[in-house]
Amino acid sequence: MTGSSRQRQSVVRTEPSVPKSAMIAVRDLTKSIGTQEILRGVDLDVLKGETLVIIGRSGGGKSVLLKHLVGLMLPDAGEIWIEGQNIIGLSERKLAEIRRKVGILFQGGALFDSMTVEENIAFPLREAGERDPKVIREQVNEMLDVIELDGQQDKMPVNLSGGMKKRVGLARSIIRRPHCVLYDEPTAGLDPVVSDSINRLIRRLQERYHVTSIVVTHDMKSAFHIADHIAYLHEGRIYFHGTQADLERSTDPLIQDFLLGRSEGIP
Amino acid sequence: MTRLFTAVGAVVVSFFTHVGEVVVLAAETFSSIVMQKIRWRLFMNQIVEIGLRSQLVVVITGAFTGAVFAAQTFFQFNKLGMGSAVGAVVSVSICRELGPVLTALMVTGRVGASMSAEIGTMKVTEQIDALRSLAVHPIDYLVVPRALAMMVSMPLLVVECIGVGIAAGYFVAIGLLEVNGTYYMANMVRWTQMRDIIMGLSKAFCFAVLIVFISCHKGLTTREGAVGVGKATTEAVVDSSLAVLICNFFLTMALNIIFPAGYQ
Repeated sequence: MTGSSRQRQSVVRTEPSVPKSAMIAVRDLTKSIGTQEILRGVDLDVLKGETLVIIGRSGGGKSVLLKHLVGLMLPDAGEIWIEGQNIIGLSERKLAEIRRKVGILFQGGALFDSMTVEENIAFPLREAGERDPKVIREQVNEMLDVIELDGQQDKMPVNLSGGMKKRVGLARSIIRRPHCVLYDEPTAGLDPVVSDSINRLIRRLQERYHVTSIVVTHDMKSAFHIADHIAYLHEGRIYFHGTQADLERSTDPLIQDFLLGRSEGIP
Repeated sequence: MTRLFTAVGAVVVSFFTHVGEVVVLAAETFSSIVMQKIRWRLFMNQIVEIGLRSQLVVVITGAFTGAVFAAQTFFQFNKLGMGSAVGAVVSVSICRELGPVLTALMVTGRVGASMSAEIGTMKVTEQIDALRSLAVHPIDYLVVPRALAMMVSMPLLVVECIGVGIAAGYFVAIGLLEVNGTYYMANMVRWTQMRDIIMGLSKAFCFAVLIVFISCHKGLTTREGAVGVGKATTEAVVDSSLAVLICNFFLTMALNIIFPAGYQ
């Protein structure tokens, strides 16, 4: 075998249909839970540095899709490429390498309830082997400043409000500077003022750290505030993928119903 | 009839699936102990939780079991004029059977339930998903420290239970039932061998493995919110207790070949 044909083969193995500029590429992803088909062939490209907002009705599989992107759920079929590597079929230990590149903010924050705010935020650093208390404190303080929770480091998660929990969860997921951050309903259950502060925080992180962001939400105000692109997940497939302007211009009745919050004709 | 076979088949399949999952968890844990870094701080926390905080329960269990066993044995043996043999019976029984089994049952109730509830709550509140998303393997972080601490603590707790049980039996027999202390001690020392203690410690280690993996497995497979946590906790205690009692019989038969009972 010649050198050039070997090189060609290796290119084939790294999936030529995935654009080089894609941070995450999803190909024909399907997932059923019990008898219910949640994802029915999702195809999606998320470019490096962009903020993609995935919208869709409640129970439509948005959070399931997000969990697949970090290997927290296994699909029935399909491929997920993160920075050129297909993560499907990787062992839990090999996935750990991928997960260092991708942070996730869970819907409820998923803070470790036996640890203080400071310990939660410092957790990824300690797990990465950082032992110097001074370095840890400096980085935690920087994160507390970013999420505007200075002085709250000694509180336990049980004493935090919903919005504060999400901010701490976010600080924990970005303290090791992942290349991409996934947000699962970051404004769900929050009042409009707190929601706005979370949206501004997401935007600020993007500007400050240039991370790729994928935000799952059905809060259209939030979507328009932070999105570079918007994808509409409907009946387990990406029904629409475009800019905010494309979405607003769309005359598709399904999209119009969603944007205007109309329930007529929907079972 | 078909329904009966289907139902029985489902139970059998479920049982072996469950056993298989626990065995895989144990294999992954031992592999992690060898291949991955051990979190010694978490291990020490678990030593405190399992070893130190179980002291009172184990001491009370050992003391009152030894005391009542000595009294009952005396009531029967005294009719035959064998009151001074009580020490030997109490000592050998506590070393070989009562010490390890009762300690394991008490630890199951106190520690197994707590492990299952703690890990189960972490599962249903997405804290385990959070661990995984932060590139931390749940087995390395949650199971390994508990398994190591349990395997270290259980034999020590069993030794404590045996010691307290024998002492309590001695005080009841000598102090309350007026058995001759010299003969009591002589019989006890003559009939209690090192192999009886080794058998007790071997059982303690096996029970530690059973309790920790059954309880952690129940926690890691918890579903359906608070109800699921309650169910997992109950199942952890029931399954671990039954596993201890059933395995105890087979361990006794197997270990008796290696460490035969009685004066040789």
